[in-house]
Amino acid sequence: MTTPAFRPTDEVDFVVIGAGAAGGVMAKELSIAGFRVVVLEQGPYLRQSDYSHDELKYTILPGLTNDPKTQPVTYRKSEKESAKPIKAIEYGRQVGGGSVHFTGNYWRFHEADFHEQTLFGDVAGAALADWPLEYKDLEPFYTKAEYDLGISGLAGANPFEGPRSKPYPLPPIPAKSSGVLFERAAKKLGLHPFPAPLAILTRPYQGRSACVNCGFCESFGCEMRAKSSTLVSVIPMAEATGRCEIRPTSYVRRIKVDDHGKVTGAVYFDRNRKEIFQRAKVVVVCANGVESTKLLLMSSSNLFPHGLANTSGLVGKHLMWDLGLLLEGLFEHPANEFKGVQVTRVIHDYYAADAKRGFYGGAGIDARFDYYPAGFALSGLPPDTPRWGLEFKKTFGHYFTRTISLLSHATSLPVESNTVTLDPTATDAWGLPAVRITYSQHPDDVATQAWIRQRQMEILEAMGAKKTWGDQPGGFYTSRHLMGTCRMGKDPAKSVVDSYGRAHDVANLFIVDGSNFVTSARQQPTATIQALAYRAADNMVRMARRGEL
Amino acid sequence: MPISRRDWIFGSVRLALLPQVLRAQDHARKAAKAISNGHAIPFEYLEPEAARTLVALAAEIIPSDDGPGATEAGALYFIDRALATFDSDKRELYRSGLKEVGAAISRLSPGSADVEGLSREQRREVIRAVQSTEFFAVLREHVVLGFLGDLEYRGNQGKVGWRYIGFDDQMAFTQPFGYYDNPENDPDGKGETR
Repeated sequence: MTTPAFRPTDEVDFVVIGAGAAGGVMAKELSIAGFRVVVLEQGPYLRQSDYSHDELKYTILPGLTNDPKTQPVTYRKSEKESAKPIKAIEYGRQVGGGSVHFTGNYWRFHEADFHEQTLFGDVAGAALADWPLEYKDLEPFYTKAEYDLGISGLAGANPFEGPRSKPYPLPPIPAKSSGVLFERAAKKLGLHPFPAPLAILTRPYQGRSACVNCGFCESFGCEMRAKSSTLVSVIPMAEATGRCEIRPTSYVRRIKVDDHGKVTGAVYFDRNRKEIFQRAKVVVVCANGVESTKLLLMSSSNLFPHGLANTSGLVGKHLMWDLGLLLEGLFEHPANEFKGVQVTRVIHDYYAADAKRGFYGGAGIDARFDYYPAGFALSGLPPDTPRWGLEFKKTFGHYFTRTISLLSHATSLPVESNTVTLDPTATDAWGLPAVRITYSQHPDDVATQAWIRQRQMEILEAMGAKKTWGDQPGGFYTSRHLMGTCRMGKDPAKSVVDSYGRAHDVANLFIVDGSNFVTSARQQPTATIQALAYRAADNMVRMARRGEL
Repeated sequence: MPISRRDWIFGSVRLALLPQVLRAQDHARKAAKAISNGHAIPFEYLEPEAARTLVALAAEIIPSDDGPGATEAGALYFIDRALATFDSDKRELYRSGLKEVGAAISRLSPGSADVEGLSREQRREVIRAVQSTEFFAVLREHVVLGFLGDLEYRGNQGKVGWRYIGFDDQMAFTQPFGYYDNPENDPDGKGETR
C-alpha cells in the first residue's frame, strides 16, 4: 500500500480529526476525489491480529475505548452539583473509532425523525426541533454507505422505514434462538419483526470474509474483518489512493485560526507528546459528539472567545444520551445465545411518537444476548439471586445458556442544560482540560422507558419466558451514543453547523459526526452519522472543485 | 436494586491502563510456559497467609459442591495476577479487607485469626460479616473472573468455569446454535424462521 507521509509544514487540502465512523468515510471520499488528506487519530492503529476474545480486556478494562485514567471524564446531574470523575461517556479510541467495537446495528432513521417538531409540537423543557434536511436528501447517502461499507439486511422487511433506492448489498442475518422466539411472538402480537440491518458480512464482500458466528461483536474488534468498520472498509480505500495519510496516536489539542477567522490547521501531540502543527486548507472535525466539542471549546481565541465556531453559544449544548432498557427472560431450553452476532431480529412498531400517550418518545426493540460469561454472572442475573455461594453458582450455571434479552433503544430529548463543557480543574495526562458532562433525563424520556418496558415484558411473556427481570426506567449508565452538542440547522443563531456540517461561523471548518444530531431518533446513530458524512464529503468535494474552500 | 451490565461497567472503579493489561498478558504467556515445563507457578504478589484466607473465601463464593469451583479453577491465581498487574491499586483494599476478615474470624473462633480452623458454615459467617464492603465486591468480581475469565490470567484453569456454564470458546459456530433455532423444534413444523 502506498501510504504517503506528508510533512506537517505541507499545507494539505484537508485535515480530518478523528478516524472513526465519520472520519473514515471522509478520508476515503476526499482522497478518492483527488485531494490530499491527513487524518489525525488519538488512538493507535490496530489490526485484526491485535484482537482477542479476552472479556476482561475489552468489556471491563478500556481495551478499545477511552481510558479514564489518562483522559478523565467528570459527571454531574446539574449545574448545581460539582462534577465527579466517572466514565460517563465511552467512545472507540483507535483507527476505525467506535465502528471497530460496536455491535453493528445499522438502522436508517425514519422519514418522521427529520421533522418531529412539526409533527409533535414543542415539548416543555426540551429543544425539540426539525432537522435542516429530510430523509429523501439523505437516502442516496444511506445507500452509498451500505454498499461501501458492506451492510446486511432485508429491504422492505421493515414496513416503517422510508423508501429505499436499492436493496441491501448483503442478505439478512439468519435468526438465532432469540430472533426465532421474538419473531414468532411479535407476529402473534400483531407486530412487524424484521431481520436486523447489520454492519456484519453475511457473505464474503470486497475481499473480506463472512461472519463465522464467534459471538464476540459487541465491545470487541472482529478478527475475521466481517464487521464493516471503517478500519477494514473505507480506510484501506483511502490509503490506496496514495493521497491519504492516517496518522495514529495524534491527539489534537487546538485548531488554529488566522486573523480573518479562517482555520489554518491543527496542533496535536504526537506519540512522544511533542506538539506538531499540521497545516491544511480545510479542517474537518469528526472526533465524536463529545471530543469534537471539547476541541472547539479548547480552541477559543480573540475572535472566538467562547470557543471556535461558537457565536451561537450552542457548542456543547443539547447532549443526548444512549437510553434504553435491557430486559432478560429465562427460557426452558438452552438457546446458547453466546454464539453468533448479538442481534438478529428487530421491531419498529413502537418507534413513532404519539401525543395520545401523554409524552413524547418512542423506541425500537431488538432481541439479543448482551453478555459474556463473567459479566453475566456478575450483573446479568435476577436481583433476587444470592450474590455468592452454591445457589449463586447454580443460577449462573443454569441461566447462562437459557437467557435471552430484549433491548429497547429509546428517545433522548435535546435539553439545553445537558452539556459538554471543559472541567475547570481536572486535567488529562497531556495537561488538557477533562471533559465535564452535565446530564439528567427529561421526564418524557423516563416516561418513554416506563412505557416501552411494559411492551418488552409483553413480548418476553409471549416468547414463553419462565422468569423476567432487568433495567428500571430512569437508570443511569455510560453513554456510547454521543449525540447533539453541535447541532445542525438553517439559522446560525439556533445551530452550530449547516446540513453539510459546515460551521456557520467559519467558512473552512466542518464538524461532521454525532454532534450534528438535532434529535436522537431511536438511538443506533452510526448509519446516520455515516450517511451525513457521505453527504458532507460530497458537498465539500463540489465546493473545493469550485474553489470555494 | 438490579445491576445491569452497563451499570456494572459504569460503576466499576477498575480502570487499568492498557499497558498494564499487556504486561499481564505477557506474564500469562510466561506462566503458561512454566506450567508446560512442569514447574509450579509461584505467586507474583500474594503472601502465603493472605492466599490461605482468600482461597477459603473464594471456595465459598463459588463452591465446589456440585463440580469444579473457584478452587479447581485456580481463581486465587487470577487474584494474584490482578493485584500484581492491572489492579495493583486494589492492594490496599485487600489489606484492609483481610484485616476485617481476620477480626470476623477472631470473633467466631477466639484466639485465632486462621481461616483454616473454621468450619464451612463459620467461613460463610465470615463472608456475611463483610459482604457489604467494597473489598468483598472486588473480591467477588475477581473470583468470578477467576472462574469464568480468559485463560490468559491464570484462572479458569482447564476451562472448568466455561464448561460449568455451557460456554464454548470455539472461533466459529454453525446453526443451529441452540434449541429454538433448530427447525426440528419449530412448533409449527415449518422451520420458516431460518
